[in-house]
Amino acid sequence: MRNSANTRFDMAAPMGAHMAEVTLIDALTMAMAWELEHDPRVIVLGEDVGVNGGVFRATAGLQQKFGVDRVQDTPLAEGMIAGISIGMAAQGMRPIAEIQFMGFIYPTVDQIINHAGRMRNRTRGRLTCPMVLRAPFGGGIHAPEHHSESTESLFAHMPGVRVVIPSSPTRAYGLLLAAIRDPDPVVFLEPKRIYRLNKQDVEDNGKALPLDVCYVLREGSDVTVVTWGAMTFETLKAVDQLARKGIRCDVIDLATISPIDYETILESVQKTGRLVIVHEAARTCGVGAEIAAIVAEKGMYDLQGPIRRVTGYDVVMPLFRREMDYMPSVGKIIDVIQESLED
Amino acid sequence: MEKSKLLTAYRKMRTIRDFEERMHVEFATGGVPGFVHLYVGQEACAVGVCSQLEGNDTLLGTHRGHGHALAKGVDARRLLFEIFGRAEGLCGGNAGSCHVHDSSVRYIGANSGVGSGAAIACGVALAAKTRSDGAVAVPLIGEGAANQGVVLEAMNLASVWKLPVVFVFENNGYAEATGSDWAIAGGELWGRAAAFDMPGVAVEGHDFFAVSEAAAELIDRARKESRPAVLELRQKRFYGHFEGDAQTYRGDGEVDYLRSERDCLTIFTDRVIAEDWLTKEELAVIDEEVTTLIADIYEEVKEAALPAESRLFDNVYASPY
Repeated sequence: MRNSANTRFDMAAPMGAHMAEVTLIDALTMAMAWELEHDPRVIVLGEDVGVNGGVFRATAGLQQKFGVDRVQDTPLAEGMIAGISIGMAAQGMRPIAEIQFMGFIYPTVDQIINHAGRMRNRTRGRLTCPMVLRAPFGGGIHAPEHHSESTESLFAHMPGVRVVIPSSPTRAYGLLLAAIRDPDPVVFLEPKRIYRLNKQDVEDNGKALPLDVCYVLREGSDVTVVTWGAMTFETLKAVDQLARKGIRCDVIDLATISPIDYETILESVQKTGRLVIVHEAARTCGVGAEIAAIVAEKGMYDLQGPIRRVTGYDVVMPLFRREMDYMPSVGKIIDVIQESLED
Repeated sequence: MEKSKLLTAYRKMRTIRDFEERMHVEFATGGVPGFVHLYVGQEACAVGVCSQLEGNDTLLGTHRGHGHALAKGVDARRLLFEIFGRAEGLCGGNAGSCHVHDSSVRYIGANSGVGSGAAIACGVALAAKTRSDGAVAVPLIGEGAANQGVVLEAMNLASVWKLPVVFVFENNGYAEATGSDWAIAGGELWGRAAAFDMPGVAVEGHDFFAVSEAAAELIDRARKESRPAVLELRQKRFYGHFEGDAQTYRGDGEVDYLRSERDCLTIFTDRVIAEDWLTKEELAVIDEEVTTLIADIYEEVKEAALPAESRLFDNVYASPY
């Protein structure tokens, strides 16, 4: 795993040229447009990504700008969307495929697990699969269950596949560029609840951010809090409230969900002695379980108390009436961080 | 057909037959690691199709892929080394029988997640269309895999996007042990083509000439018009689904009938001699060369080096892991 020492990251990006104040979804569109412009191997494909501009508008305007050969609508057939992307990638193209919602991604699992993630390994690098499978994920927009779930751990269990989740406009831009340029398949999951929640100044300069490293959003020596996706918002709110009481947390945005940058997490736990993991996904076999296991294996003697998790529940994602009961809230996160300090 | 093409076709069919018959024997004596699925009896299918492919066309094989690879021009020695998991194999001994791949002859990774090749072929065809090099992609799909949803999704997309793909269905009668006459509604795969607005043709797969003529027309059309097509080839395999298959699903005397009446090598030989296209002597020379080749490589492979253990963690990702 790469060393993460140089990846300390601040939420406020520095001002510069070509700066625009954009939302997370705008940043994704900007990244795809940059790459379509600068790399002729890049093709965007998916249901309604072309004429319509995408169900969440991530590809709005791209077909008009780059033409139907570069931004292609497909029939509704997710397995095939993944399969054709694999074929394109194996032939040197750089497909960016969109799946409309996480709940519709499951037909692609056969293709991703059996082929995309294994081509490099089984052929010893003779056949590779540099593709991106984008999908909005997570709850909180009052949508039905398969429009709201967080099943990133399914893909994290597949060797050879990267799973990347941005949690701010800046990281959306930089990490999507990195994903497109990565020589291996990337499942790029977009926290749709925060697609338009805030804006940041993002410089449209084609600069990618590193994959396979965590991003440290707050520094403190009391508790390590690891999170990703939309949950970074609740976590930062919780941590900022605690900061007013003098409790200082390291907040680590995992960003690359697989393979995980354990060095940054273990270094932080060495400092704080306490670990809280926050994720929206169901608890059992969630990515938090893996992080807890690794910290228990490698950082056991740095811990001053049990590792704690604030997660969704092991239930079907509830319809909007009970949706917020499912989601880890600011209050729950504060309670658990405070609990961890009592150990 | 030109004489050189006939000689090449015969050499390929003979090589596949001898390669696989020897594999059958070696497997029975415990010399072959893992699973193998033999292509004996179906040689004219892949060889007939490949006789119509150009150098920049891509073939996508299946788990029953030794014959597919050899038909596309993969080196028999390095294929054998791969099946035996040796370091000098086509993929460093890591892909094995079911996932052989060779970019140098545009043979894309054989595929034991059956049916996926149809979708992957569409991506290959789109890449070719983008390059405008007139290349076509040909996925070989068993009739069992033909019932996978992704195959139908791929056929639809290939037609909607006008991709140069010829979907070749190898109907060998059995999806493992399930009869195609039971599992395929309507009994015919070529007929599905019409639903996707593409031509569909079915021919007997034991007849090299019937296969190559049908393939010629469909591949030529795909190349010139960038449109997909379906070719169904009907020919039962002589061995089981995998080596060790008890084949309780076969009819009485079925394999004897196949070997005496539907052997593509016998049918090819009888035809080329009756038509005075090739001589017995010319065929005998090839037989002898192939016999020597197969004996040599099977002897060599048993002594060949295995991959180093330290390679376990290589190539999971491009970056060190």
